Formats: sequence, structure tokens, C-alpha cells
Amino acid sequence: MAILEKTELVLNAAGRMVPEMANGRPQIPYLGVGKYKPGGNKAAPPIRTAADYPETGDKRVADLETALRKCGLRDGMVISSHHHLRDGDRVALMALEAAARIGVKDLMWFPSASFPSQKGAIELMASGVIEHIEGSMNGPLGDYCTQGKMRGMGVLRSHGGRWQAIQDGEVHIDIAVIAAPTADFFGNCDGSHGKSACGSLGFALADSIYADHVIAVTDNLVPFPCIPWQIQGNNVDYVVTVDSIGDPARIVSGTTQITRSPDRLRIAELVALFLRDAGIMRNGFSFQAGAGGIALAFVSYLKRMMKDAGVKARFVRGGSTKYLVELLEEGLTDYILDGQTFDLSGVQSMANNPRHVATSPFTSYNYHGKGNFASLVDAVVLGATEVDENFNANVVTHSDGRLLHGIGGWQNCLAAGCTILAVPSFRDRIPVIVDQVTTLCGPGELIDVVVTERGIAINPRRQDLMDAVKGSKLPIRPLQEIKSEVERICGGKPQQLKRGDRPVAVVKWVDGTVLDSVWQVV
Amino acid sequence: MWRLVMERGFVDGRDAMSAGIETPVKPAGEAGHWGADIRSDVHVRIEPCERGGIEVDLESRVKPYYGESIRRQSEEVLEALGVKHARVAIHDEGALPFVIAARIEAAARRAGLGEGTRVLPDRFPLPEPSARDRMRRSRLYVPGSEPKYFINAGLHGADAIILDLEDSVHLNEKDAARLLVRNALRAVDFLACERMVRINQLPLGLEDLEEIVPESPDLILIPKVESASQVIEASQKIAEIKANYGITRAIWLMPILESALGIERAYEIATAAREIAALTIGLEDYTADLGVAKTAGGAESLFARQRMVNAAHAAGVQAIDSVFGDVGDVEALRAWALNSRAMGFEGMGCVHPVQIAVIHQAFAPTAAEIEKAQKIVGAYHEAERKGLGVVSLGSKMIDAPVVQRALKLMARAQAMGLVH
Repeated sequence: MAILEKTELVLNAAGRMVPEMANGRPQIPYLGVGKYKPGGNKAAPPIRTAADYPETGDKRVADLETALRKCGLRDGMVISSHHHLRDGDRVALMALEAAARIGVKDLMWFPSASFPSQKGAIELMASGVIEHIEGSMNGPLGDYCTQGKMRGMGVLRSHGGRWQAIQDGEVHIDIAVIAAPTADFFGNCDGSHGKSACGSLGFALADSIYADHVIAVTDNLVPFPCIPWQIQGNNVDYVVTVDSIGDPARIVSGTTQITRSPDRLRIAELVALFLRDAGIMRNGFSFQAGAGGIALAFVSYLKRMMKDAGVKARFVRGGSTKYLVELLEEGLTDYILDGQTFDLSGVQSMANNPRHVATSPFTSYNYHGKGNFASLVDAVVLGATEVDENFNANVVTHSDGRLLHGIGGWQNCLAAGCTILAVPSFRDRIPVIVDQVTTLCGPGELIDVVVTERGIAINPRRQDLMDAVKGSKLPIRPLQEIKSEVERICGGKPQQLKRGDRPVAVVKWVDGTVLDSVWQVV
Repeated sequence: MWRLVMERGFVDGRDAMSAGIETPVKPAGEAGHWGADIRSDVHVRIEPCERGGIEVDLESRVKPYYGESIRRQSEEVLEALGVKHARVAIHDEGALPFVIAARIEAAARRAGLGEGTRVLPDRFPLPEPSARDRMRRSRLYVPGSEPKYFINAGLHGADAIILDLEDSVHLNEKDAARLLVRNALRAVDFLACERMVRINQLPLGLEDLEEIVPESPDLILIPKVESASQVIEASQKIAEIKANYGITRAIWLMPILESALGIERAYEIATAAREIAALTIGLEDYTADLGVAKTAGGAESLFARQRMVNAAHAAGVQAIDSVFGDVGDVEALRAWALNSRAMGFEGMGCVHPVQIAVIHQAFAPTAAEIEKAQKIVGAYHEAERKGLGVVSLGSKMIDAPVVQRALKLMARAQAMGLVH
């Protein structure tokens, strides 16, 4: 049923075949790290006048359907949403279903990420309301895309890449629908208070600035002013109140648990030991780790080492969890610069502690800006689904080619001083260190260290790191050696998989060029 | 890749039995586990047939990567087992090859096939034999029926890995676990860890020995020992199997005392066989035997532990403490382990790798102890060089046992990497 446009494939600088066109727009193949120079001016929404907005400041309308009609919703428009409510979000589907009731077709849904609970978007694609999705797809949506059922081409971007695409005019948002845990009638929005509190609203910031029309949807309307105003009402057209914007239980987890898996704990401890022994853990340093099991355990190991050594960080980057909050509260870091909030402690801390600061992809990640924070971070700990002998890594697809994760901030974080992939050396007999990654998401020249339960491999490009850990007790080994060992354990290299010859999605690099294609799974 | 061993000659009554019978000749045999929550294991069902050759139905979460390899391996293993006609259903959850082989063999045996044959994976080079008095601070228990824990068990730095066939294995799984552990001893690299196996209480444990001993484990733990004769029985069985297989390297014994009677006979047990390297105690069973609760302080088992320590030292073997069950309470573990060392134990058991570092720390000599011992050893060497019969430190004369203790402590500190 799905008919993708015919497009020529070209070989990019990473040696990957990528389409020249995606969704009717010409694409620039990846040229190499730092090679593509953008030109021109940033995009901008139309000029508005206060004369067209109520003097009382009251922008409320009856419901989402009314708001969408007032925004002039029509066929083929781009509707955006943010994912701070994670798997608990109700607003994105609410908006798309309202659009379906209005009777429009061929929309592009542009979420900052999608979650399994939004699988209802599949029906809207099947019925023609949504033409395609540009944003992370996993679970049922990922399968729908990789099976080639989506009409348009999927476009996967990093958080920074999404800002870049909006800012550079590659994606023009017609209507941004912003789920707001707290808002006032003027449209000021805050994520850190309310029954559906999620912490930061940073992922919605670009949408609020660059979209033609902005609708704020809240289940906690407060009298003006809504403080803090993470989203400024001056960018908002309409405010809609609903009973519930999301399921609190799935917005943030009540408690984040450290893994009890011995292998994952070992990986986490090795990462912390590496930072210590390489001298990266020193007074005034900074680091970023996510909320996965290994990352949380890493933070708790590092915390003990920081205490033992009497070392304090200047800042740590969230995704925040209670483990980062504890660092802040115990004086082991001066600040948390937080892009998203994963648990209740994080939400409460951001609401109450001025040193727990909400950031946006603009400050943290946007590559087409005057620098960004990601490159100021001393060390970042990331996951990956696959990595090859040259340290090139995959984070979006499983080895069988199915979409598994969004890129998130992963690509942007590769700019850190020391980029560490913390991965098991094999999962369910499937080696993680492979001959060639299924999908290239991160160029090996930006990945410095791979930490597995069987040892630590340092990228030969980083002789400085090799020297720094010389004489330590760390199990430093060539990546090739770990790879061979795992292949022996697993009973040889895995079979080569047949992949489809049709690209169903593209993976953008942080500068908007096309780094790789995701192929239809046969 | 697979080595076929015919132990007692190939016994095959199937041709006679199957003559003229239409339906399957023997009931199907099953082994292993599968399901969404299962990792690194495989379930195999073998239904013996009269004709039609081998028919393999494979489902696997790694099928796109290792489907062909699993098929090839199944056929090889079945052929080696002498299975010629069977319907074989395999549900694989990412099991490694040595696990797949063990599960097929177990299913075949349960179906009454392949009797008397063993299909053995390639042997990883055997590590050096272990010394009787090697360091045994920590021994990590790995349930013998949970193959997902096997492959990385050696990475966590314990002094020993115990592949357990006893309490962590359900009665119905004993035969299958035995084959898994046997294959693990061949195919898994346990790195610097001493390779221990806890067999079942005798007489079932004697069957375990048949599979385990040919793979040269470093040490066998014998559970619930209450008399010297039990140790002797195991020791003789081991000697017999070793002789059959021409194995000369040592296989040490560690009897586990788990009852009031066992404790009362501690010395007699500790001296029952030359291969005994250590005595240990099982506190769950011991407190159950007494009908008292096991407490964090351990007052109820103080006598038993002291008695065992004394018997072990009298017999010249190591005294090793029980496991500490509460994985979440690191501080209580640390307190227990420090107390253990003070009582004269040389190590204890671990039920989770996070306990290893805590135990190693607790059993390490302190900086003050090392400093003192260094001085004593220095004075001893000084006296030796000068040809003096008496060792003195400052104005103090040092007795020979004090020197011996200091030498032993320094050797341990060196082995633990605390001094050079």
C-alpha cells in the first residue's frame, strides 16, 4: 500500500548509501565531521500584532478541535508535539485525533520523540490522516516504518538536529501543540509543577518560537502569571484546558532503580574507574549520563569515588534522576543542567532548587549555533546497539534492522571531551562489536572509549587517554581482541542478514546532512 | 567441534523395541527453559520416531543470526548421540553453544536415547591446577540450572566460582544441571577463579561425580557431611574416576558441615581424606537443625563456627565461613566478614558479585597489621643474616610463632596485591 517516492541513492563520506531526496526535499549527503557549512538566515514565523490577540490576555478556546480550526488546519500541514510526558503523553494523539475528526489528510507529525503508547498513530497513518512521521520511532511505530508501510520517508534526528532543522527552515511547523503541566490563560507554560509535572519543557521551545501557530494544552490552569514561564505566552496563539494531559505514572517513574545485573554493574564500575584513573574525575569537571540501568549505576559508583577523592563537579548534565539530585544536594556538583527529567526526585528538585536548571536543545545541543554545551562536557556515558572495530556506532536499529531507539541527544553528546559507550559485549548471543554497524549514527572518530564487561577499549586516535591510564589496573584491551573473544563465545560470527533495497528512513547528522539510511526489513 | 565419547560401549535396544510398532517408541523427552523472561537458555523437546530421520523445528530469538548454526549443531549433537529418527522442537532464547548441546543431550537422555554417550564441547585450555592452600577469600555461587550466569561468572574477580548442583537446583533438574555444569567446565573460561562444583548430598552426589570429575574441577564441595565415611566414599569415587580418565591433577575437597552432628565430628571429617583443603559451614541448615532463627549477629552459631575453625586448624586445612544471604545490606556483610576473619576464617561464600569486593576488603590485612608484620619479618631476616638464634625488635624478643604469623600475613598481603 505504501508508495515511496523514487529516489536516487548516493554514497556519502561515511561510505553509506543515502537517498538524494526525502519527502520531496533535496538532501545533502554527509560530508564528514565539521565539513558542511550552512549559509543564509534562520527561518522565522510571520510577524503578528497584539491587535489580533485579546487585550485581557485570555487566549482560551473551548477545545483542541476549535483551536486547530482557528489555526487554519488543512491537508498536508506539519503538526508538532514534545515528548516530556514520555510514555504517559495523551496530548499528541488527542491533537491528531481531533485533526482526523476535522477531516484533514496527509499531515506530517513532527514529535520530538514518540513512545509505544502512541501506537494509535498507526491507524491515523493507515487512514491517511498522517502521511509520515519525522521523529524517533520505536516499538509498533518503528515496526510500521521499517516494514515499509509508512507512505513518506521517516527522518530521524537528534535533539540538537531537530532544533537545527526547525531553525534552518528544513522543517516548517504549521501548528505546534504543547502539552503543559501548568499554564496560564496567556499561554505561559511550566513543566515543573502540576499533577502531570514532567520537569523541563525544553523540547517544545523551538516549536514555540518557530511554528506559525502554537496551542498550549494544560490540565493545570493557574492565574497569570505562570512562574516560571519555560514557554513564553507571547509565542502562544491558543490555550486549551483538558482533564488530563497524561498518565502521571508513565510520565516519570516514581523511583528509578539501579540495575542488579552483575554484568551491567561491572560495566558501570569500570566506566567510573576509567574516569577516575584517566584523571577526568577532578575538581571542577563535568559529566553527562542518561537514565538507563548502567548509567544510574555508574553515577552511584562515581559518587563514591568523588567522595573518597574529595572531588566536586562544576556541573552535571541531566536527564536527571534522584542519583544526580543527590549529587547536587550533597554538594558534589554546583549545578544540574537538565534537558529532561526522568523521575519524581528530578521533577521536585527542578521545581525547588535554583541550581537545578532547565535547559533546551538550543543551549545544549544545536550544532548550527555559536557553540553548544555538549562540547563543554568532560565526559559522557552513552549506550549503543552496535559498534564496529573503528568505533562507529549504531543507536537506532537492532542488528536485524528494526528501529529500536530514537537518537535523542546521543549524536550531540559525541562532542564531549571523552565519549564513552558503555555496552555489554553481547546480548542474547548477538555480538555488539560487529564487522559493520547496521545503521551508522555516530562516526568512530568521535567515540573515544568502549567499556564492556570484558574490558575497556580506547580508540587509537586518543593516545592521550591511552597514556593517561598507563600503569592503572584497568583491563584495557584492543576492541578487536574483545570482538574475537565474543565471537568465540557466541560460536562464530553471526550470519549476514539480508536487508531490503529500499530506504524507509534517513538518519540525519547533527548538521542536517544524511548520515545513513534505514532499510526496509524483508 | 563436538567430541563423541562412548563410555560403556553403545547400548542400543531401540531397533528391537521399535520393530513393528507404529506409534513413537518412547515418550518424548524435554529439557531446558524458554519464555519471554528466560535468557541464554533453550528448551528442547525430542520425540523419538520410528522413521523419517531427524526433523528439527526451530524457534529462536537469534534465528536471523545463528539459526543455521543452531540447526547444524543440533544435527551434529543428535548424530553423536545416535539419534536417527526424531521430531525435535527447539525454542531458543539466545543460548550459547555449550548450553544448547547440554540441553539436547538432557532431552535425549530423558527420552531414553543416547544412553552411555556424552557429547562434549571443545575444551577451553585447562588452567593451572590449584594449590591446596591457595587464597579462598570469596567463592561465588552460580546456580547450576541458570546458564545465563555462567559465561561472565569469572569476570567479577572472586577467588572461586562454585557451580552448584545442590540447593539451587530443583530435584527434577538434577540430571540436566549436571550436563550443563559439565559442559561449562569444558567451554567456559573462568579466568583466574578456582573452579569449584557443589555436588548433591550422597548418594546422588556420586552420580554428579561421574559427569563432573572427568572435566577436572579444582575442588568439590560435599554438602551435609556428618561423618568421615561420607568424605571417604566421595574421595574413593573421585579417585576411581580419575584413574579411569588418567587424570593426575589434584581435585580438592571441601566438606560442608550443616548439622549439629556434623559440627560435633568436625575434626574427624577434616582428617578423613588427604584431598581436603578446607572445611566450611552451612548456616541455613545448621540453624534449622537446631530449630533456631538465623540472626544478623550470629550468636546462635557462634559455638559451631568456633568449633569448626578449631577443628580445621587442628587438621591443617582452611576454615571457610558460610554465605551471607542479604545482598542488599552491604554494611551488615562487612561487619560479618570482619568478624569472620577475626575468628580465624579465611573466606566466605557470595550469592551476588557485589559481595566480592566487600569480602576481599574485610579479609585483607589492615595497614597497621602489615606495618607490624613488615617490622617483624625485617627483624627475622636481620637475625638470620647475623646468624642469631633469637629474633628481637627493639627491646622486645619475638617468639617463633609470631614470626610465622607475620610471614603468613605478609604472604597473604602480597597475594592480595597490598604490598610488593
